[in-house]
Amino acid sequence: MSAIYKRELRSYFCGMTGPIFAAFLLLITGIFVTALNFTSGYPGMEAALSSVIFIFLLVVPIITMRSFSEDMHNRTDQLLFSLPMKLSSVVLAKYLAMVTVLFLPTAVMCLYPLILSFYGTVNFAAAYGAILGFFALGCALIAIGMFLSSLTESQVIAAVLTFAVFILMYLMTGLSTLIPETAGASLAAFLLCAVAVALILYALTKNTTAAVCAGAVLALGIAAFYLVNASAFEGAFHDLLAGLTLFDRFSNFANGIFDLASLVYYISVAGLFVFFTVQSMEKKRWA
Amino acid sequence: MIEVKHLTKKYGSFTAVKDISFTVEKGRIYGFLGPNGAGKSTTMNIITGCLAATSGEVTVNGHDIYEEPVEAKASIGYLPEIPPLYTDMTPEEFLYFVGEAKGVDPVHLDVQVEQVMEKTALTGVRDRLIKNLSKGYKQRVGIAQAILGDPEIIILDEPTVGLDPLQIIEIRDLIKELGENHTVILSSHILSEISAVCDTIIIISHGRIVASDTIENLTASADGRRLITLDIRGAMDQVQDALAEMTDAVSTTVTYGMGGCVRAVVETPAGTDMREELFRLFAKYDLPIVEMSSNDVSLEDVFLRLTEDRAEDEEDIPGIREAEEALTEEAEVAGDETEEEEDSPYYDEPKESKASKKSKDEDDSDDYKPLFGGKQ
Repeated sequence: MSAIYKRELRSYFCGMTGPIFAAFLLLITGIFVTALNFTSGYPGMEAALSSVIFIFLLVVPIITMRSFSEDMHNRTDQLLFSLPMKLSSVVLAKYLAMVTVLFLPTAVMCLYPLILSFYGTVNFAAAYGAILGFFALGCALIAIGMFLSSLTESQVIAAVLTFAVFILMYLMTGLSTLIPETAGASLAAFLLCAVAVALILYALTKNTTAAVCAGAVLALGIAAFYLVNASAFEGAFHDLLAGLTLFDRFSNFANGIFDLASLVYYISVAGLFVFFTVQSMEKKRWA
Repeated sequence: MIEVKHLTKKYGSFTAVKDISFTVEKGRIYGFLGPNGAGKSTTMNIITGCLAATSGEVTVNGHDIYEEPVEAKASIGYLPEIPPLYTDMTPEEFLYFVGEAKGVDPVHLDVQVEQVMEKTALTGVRDRLIKNLSKGYKQRVGIAQAILGDPEIIILDEPTVGLDPLQIIEIRDLIKELGENHTVILSSHILSEISAVCDTIIIISHGRIVASDTIENLTASADGRRLITLDIRGAMDQVQDALAEMTDAVSTTVTYGMGGCVRAVVETPAGTDMREELFRLFAKYDLPIVEMSSNDVSLEDVFLRLTEDRAEDEEDIPGIREAEEALTEEAEVAGDETEEEEDSPYYDEPKESKASKKSKDEDDSDDYKPLFGGKQ
């Protein structure tokens, strides 16, 4: 596992990807810290970070797009498959290498509160809590990007797909306000989700019966629940999206709150998508 | 060492490998031989765990490749069809990486990498990036990573593709050398390559094993028989009528030849010379023979016949100990017409007609088509 970790890290930093990622992240953070903290004289770094997180939309696809797509394209995945190690170790090694690439600029950011403390009173706990949240959010996004990369041989498609998914996630809570908060609208949205689940299931398994059954069970369940308790549906879809969002959860950190629930949520999402990646690669062998 | 039982691999509705079973014993060199698309690479990918089989099982040193992949893969070194190389590394860095990933003891890694690079003649390019190396050198890096860590079993998928003749000889020598201490399985569609290095040949055609034996036994099966090739000036049906009288021949084939001639190939039983008889026969029909030549039935002919498109062929070659699974499969095989039509490696399908008095089955086995720059 360490061999793959080292090789991945080496390839990030021998090429341009790692340095560009770090430089870009630090540049944008630097701009916001300068604008908010130095120019406006605000001592907390958390607010600057909350403005920086949008940059993950652009930079995370850069490091995750090649993680598995490149291997599949160059057929080096056959080497990884034939090595005497578990597939989960291979995936984990690659994931940890990307997390390390994110860790380096984050570690540099840890100096900022110290620098700010020369000019005023800094709440270190809030600042470092926010940096930790920032790092955890990055880790969750990297896991999602890695999973999407394992779906396609083409790095470009992987990058575009990752970017599209991130944009949707970023705008998700905003978009969900477009849906009226009435119970009926929520019901319709949930039913649409059931159809989407059925379609995804069909795309993965090519099994019409299974997909139709799953979709029908979900839709009937939702409808039955609606008949029993319609008032629970009021604004329910909006609440669900707000609960699932990754980016909006960061606002607590930005306000100086150490949000343990969000931290656990980020780590869970990361774990889930690392697991999905292992399954996706496993599926390749069964193609 | 390796036991393969009833292996089947389907890609959608296409069956690449059909119920293959064989055993690989320690310390021998095995050659997988078959035309393109026969299922060689698929089989190798399954043995090494790169691909999952639809059904069947593979055990390596008693470890099932799916149940205990780490233990099973530890004793295998694999070179896939396309060498899996990280092209942004130098050969030396790459070999260190593979060595570490294979879990080679770091104390011995330096020595091992050095040895492997010497064996594959990579020392001269050790500091160049793999992406800048020629195809031949890339292939060598691929072989080097397979033999690194001294695995008991070395599996090489078409190891000499892209190498120049001198390199091919070097690699063959290397494989022979490896065969002294390791079990080697290599695949090729080139007969001479397999017969030069392998102890045992496994011939695969259309996803099934059609023969599995030593070279000596395979050659012996054709021993003493001769092929007489005749160019006859005359009409196809006349020649066929004439040949119908050749009741002693093992098989006969008639195709359109060069310059308006009809080409007939007659396979004669061991210990007989039918040339005179043929001369008199065609003289009787007033068909002038413009050319006649006589050759031994070679291993190549055996291979060609075994990989023929027809299912009936297998039983017709006397003396060949066939893989039993291939024999027990006649029923299933009969339903495989659709797949058998695809990708014939032969560039010209002769318009053939048979003129043998032998059984119907045997008729099908006897069109000899040049594959290795043969008679055409």
